[in-house]
Formats: sequence, C-alpha cells, structure tokens
Amino acid sequence: MFIGYFTERPYQDPKSGYFGATGKSIMDLNVSNEIYDAELGASLYNRYLDEKIYAEEMGFDGLMLNEHHSTPFCMGGAMNVEASILARITDRAKIVLLGNILPLWDDPLWLVEQLSMIDMISHGRLVSGWVRGTGRESVAHNIEPHYNWERFKEAHELIVKAWTTPGPFRWEGKHFHYRHVNPWVKPYQKPHPPIWLPGVVSRDSLIWAAEQRIPYIMLATEMEPTKQAFQIYHDTAAELGYESGPQNIGYLWKVHVDETEELAEQTGRKYVQGPSNPFLAGNEGTTNQALLHLPGLTSRRRVLPTTSVATAARGGSAGPGGVLSRPYEQQVEDYTIISGTPDTVIPKIRHVLETIRPGSIFFWDGDGAMTHDDAMRSLRLMGQEVLPAVREMAKELDLPGPFEVDPATGQPYVAETNSAQPAEVTADD
Amino acid sequence: MTTGTQAWTEQTVEAAGVQLQMVTGGSGAPLLILHDEFGHHGQLRYHEALARDFSLYIPSHPGFGATERQEWVMNMRDLAGWYLEALDDLDLGPVNLMGFSLGGWLAAEMASMSPDLFQKLVLVAPAGIRPSTGEIFDLFLVVAEEFLTVGFHDPEAAPEYRQVCPEEPSAELAEAWAVAREEACRLSWRPYMHSLGLPHLVHRLKRVPTQIIWGQQDNIVPVSAGQVYHESIPGSRLDLFDSCGHRPELEKTDEFVALVREFLSS
Repeated sequence: MFIGYFTERPYQDPKSGYFGATGKSIMDLNVSNEIYDAELGASLYNRYLDEKIYAEEMGFDGLMLNEHHSTPFCMGGAMNVEASILARITDRAKIVLLGNILPLWDDPLWLVEQLSMIDMISHGRLVSGWVRGTGRESVAHNIEPHYNWERFKEAHELIVKAWTTPGPFRWEGKHFHYRHVNPWVKPYQKPHPPIWLPGVVSRDSLIWAAEQRIPYIMLATEMEPTKQAFQIYHDTAAELGYESGPQNIGYLWKVHVDETEELAEQTGRKYVQGPSNPFLAGNEGTTNQALLHLPGLTSRRRVLPTTSVATAARGGSAGPGGVLSRPYEQQVEDYTIISGTPDTVIPKIRHVLETIRPGSIFFWDGDGAMTHDDAMRSLRLMGQEVLPAVREMAKELDLPGPFEVDPATGQPYVAETNSAQPAEVTADD
Repeated sequence: MTTGTQAWTEQTVEAAGVQLQMVTGGSGAPLLILHDEFGHHGQLRYHEALARDFSLYIPSHPGFGATERQEWVMNMRDLAGWYLEALDDLDLGPVNLMGFSLGGWLAAEMASMSPDLFQKLVLVAPAGIRPSTGEIFDLFLVVAEEFLTVGFHDPEAAPEYRQVCPEEPSAELAEAWAVAREEACRLSWRPYMHSLGLPHLVHRLKRVPTQIIWGQQDNIVPVSAGQVYHESIPGSRLDLFDSCGHRPELEKTDEFVALVREFLSS
C-alpha cells in the first residue's frame, strides 16, 4: 500500500469577503486577483510546504501536489516549483505530481527538463503524473480545448522519448515541432520516473492508461461509480492479456482525523467552507457551465460512470444561492468525507479499501477553511495511529502498491537509476 | 423550418471529397450564403425575401450540421481553401457571396484568395479582423443561449429571436449547437476569431464590389472592426444600422433586404 498526503492549497483570506458566509459570488474564473494579499500568499505557500515536511515525518509515502490556474482554490499554479523545493527539503517521501497539465504547454521539452531536475535533486523520488486539465486551464493558458487529447498523447510520447532515447533527434509532430531534442539533464530513475494518470471523466484517458499500464487515480469520486470505472481498467487489461491489480489503481478522498468526535465534526465541515474547488461537491463556489462544456475538451459520448456524479456535483442540481449538491452530511454518509477520531476513521477507511481495492491511496486534508493547526493535529494522529493500522489492513487485504508490484510488469518492483556505472555505496549512506 | 411560401430543397451534394449538406431555393442569379458560428438557423424572413430575386445556396460548412468535419482543417484559411475547390466542383462561380459573422470571415478569406470566383461580396458583421477598439465577445466563456442573446440589441423586439434562440431548446438543437461550437472553436480559438494577416489580404478585394453591413450596437464584433474592413478594402461600402446589434438581418430585416438587393442588383 502506498499512502499519500494531499491538500489543494487554497488561498484562504477571511477578509476578502468572497469566501465563507458573506455571500459574495465566487463564480469560477470571475474572482479578480485584485484582492490578492502578498503577505498572506507568502505565509500560505510556506505553511503548505511545512505541512508536507511534517507529513513525511509522520510516515506518509507520498507528498501529492496538483495544479490549477487562475483560481483561488489551488495556489499551485506552478506546481513544479513546489516540487523542486520538496525535492531539497524532504528526503524520503515520493514527490507525487498529479499532475502536470500536459496539453497546456506549447513546449513540453521544458517539462522534460524541469521534471528531470526534480528527479535528480530528489535522488529519484519523483512520480510524474499527467492530467488533461479542466476548461479553466485551457482558458487560462489559452490552449485549444479541441486538441486537448491529441496534445496530451503527443506530449507524452515526446517526453518519454526524450527521457529514454539518446539525442539529438528531431520531432515533427502535429502539435509539437523540434529541430534539436537533446536535453542535457536526464531523469535519475530508469527508464524514467513513474507516470501516473489521475482523472474523473474521460473514458478515453482511463483506457489509454490501462493500455500503457499506467496507474489510474480516481479523484474524490463516489465509491460505486469509482469501482465501476476501475472495472473498465481491469477489463481492458484482461483484453490486452495482462492482469491488473491494486498496484494499477489509486483513490484520493477526504480524510481528516482529530482528537475528539466533536472537533472532527467541526473541522470536517470546513472541507466545504471557503474557497474549495468549485468543481467538487458541497462547496460554496459556483461553476461556470460554459467552462464545464468547453468545446471538444473531452468527448461528449465517451465518458465514465463517475462523470454523472461529477456532473451532479458540478452544479447539475445547484440550489438557491448556487450552493452545490451533495452537502457535507451526504458526503459523510457515502464515505467521500471521513472525519473522526482514529477509532472511528480506521474502520471506515477499511470499508473503502475493501470496496475499491486500490494499491495507492491519498488522504485529502487541510483544505477548505481548515487552519494550519487543524492540518497538523490530523497529520500527527494519522502518523501515530491511522497509517500503521492502514498498513496492516493493506497487508491483510493483499493490496500491494506500485512500489511493491510494478504496474508495468506485474512483477516485484525494482528501482533502477540512470547511472552510467552501478551506484556505489558511499560512506554517508 | 419554412416560414413562408418559398419552396426549399435540402440535399447532400458531393464537393471536394465531402458530402456537403445544402439548402437551396429561389430563382435568379446565384447567391451563396455562409452561415455563422452556430450553423444554419433554418430559413428565416430574410431568406424568403432574397429568394424572390436570387437562387440561394446555403451549405453547412464541414463540421456544422450534417456535414462531416474535416480533421485536417485546423484554421479558417484551411477551410477557405477547401471551400474554393467545393465551388469548383459545384460549378458555382462566379457567384455572389454573403457571409455572416464567422461565415463573413470565411467569405473574406475565400474572396481574397480567389477574387475572380466572386461577382459581389456582402459581409454582415464579419469576424476575422481585430477591432481597433473593443474586443470580440468570447463565444466560449458563455453558454449558447447567452451568446445568441447578446447578439441582439433588443432581442424581444426582434420577431425571429425566439426562432433562433428558443427558450427551451430541443435536444436536437442543443446537440447541433454543441457540434457547431466545437467546429467554431477549431476555427477560431487562437488568435480568437481573427487573423492578423487578413486586413492585408483583403486589399485584393479591390476587384470585387464589397458591401459591409454592421449594427452600431454590435456586442459581438465591435463596429470598429467594420471600419478596419472598410479601410482595408478599396472601394468597399460600409452600411451601418442604428439601434441594431450583431444581427441586422434579424433586427432590421426589411432594411437589410432592401440594402442587399439594391447592392447586388446595381
């Protein structure tokens, strides 16, 4: 079992009047950055990095980052900058990027270099995920939504080739063109850092992941459709003649642990307060229907069972004031939010693991209106009680993670580096 | 959708390797009409009126309506190039050409490439040129109904507003809009709805009598773009309607038809 820690790094500004109970609209993409407070921004960036260091200390295997653009709910507009810092200030946990928004960049070769440098500086701790991005991302960086999937696949091919094929070579594709591909920095890991794919909606992406034997991570979706979507992965694998397992699938959801049930209830409610992702259930933001249906971004016909749930969560049944469907209570009931003391949280996590059978899980915590103290209390209790219990559970349920069983081969995972000679053990080790 | 007495034929014709959906009707000199970013809205009053003097040809561009998208078409100039061969195959030239909004941009590209194929050109609030003041309204940041409504200066006063933009669009219409928006997106995403070279290329239209029609209150393509078109095309005429938005043909139908008829018949 691979256990990661995630928070979306919201820009929390109680004075802005946009968040909380003041009722000011936070329609997606309509919040002007004129409210941005530099001191607050600086302290929040450092807070979220500090929490990552503590998460490593508390025993998490992975520190997960994501990236969104032009929005207050995720401050990681340049996630690779945060990852670069983590590469230097942490020393054991994997740095899990879920992920770089592959279609968004006209120069994927720059990504090749950034990611290789992060892998180098971290001595091979990078997990390099790709995403396709939402309509917001296509608008913010003005990239053709209708070529999202084509650009995704072409950039992936280019990056993997640049990581694995000695240069220089030329690349004449449909969307990317290079006369000289020969990045000096190579990744530390061999053949290249693991590539994972998180998602929610697109059937094409999930099947593509299964074809590439790339682990697929479901993001905060309800359990039953999640299970159905993973079955598509497993069925695709079977058609391709290999047996996929827990190592091929991962699941992110909201888990908060606290000292008392009362405190857990109070703090858990903060998930749906403040500038949480307007694409997700129960928050106070308002979605922009045009962004959700940006032309050609995803095929309108080839969607996953998780889509209808995502669509409902995205304002399909928004009530008065734009408050979205699936309030806190309902998310607690369907296990997409688990908040409690270790004693109540652990059996609920077990239920999720038994139902979905993932090899990787990510606890999404410290979000919405949660404070640094809220996040740190939870991290401490996770480290002391929850993670050890979950590891035992995973052994008992036979849920190997992708660093135990290699998703690409189904064989025990072996780490290899790009060293020209076999790595030597130095006195420091 | 037929609103009057004119008989219309809808058929599929083979042109430049594509099965092209085409509505035809009327009698007289041929007039090729290029639809806007939402596809052909059905036959409206201005079609009826123009059909009395002209043979109307109203194709659905590849990627709109029932005409299959051409994957290789990556921008408006590609589409214009394809259309010129389609005109060859349909044996339609030289022909009068009229385009609306995105279709006006297409018409300007086509006529600049092959002026000899066209007798006269009518551009109705065409996209394609960056306005000197203001910005072209972003089609992709709003839902279809909002874009269509913003296109009218006074929607409720326009008799055909609800015909073009029903309060409750049928599933069929919603799908047609989604298909149209995707193709419009492929043609116009970046730079948005314009080509930096077009003001220079349209200079070649000095050989084609060109009428540019615009509403003073156009909230989609600011009327300043009309001035640029007018200044860039030697000998062109610019006809402006007051109290009128992006759709002079729907908001000022009678005056619009009279102006076009006068221009094409002169």
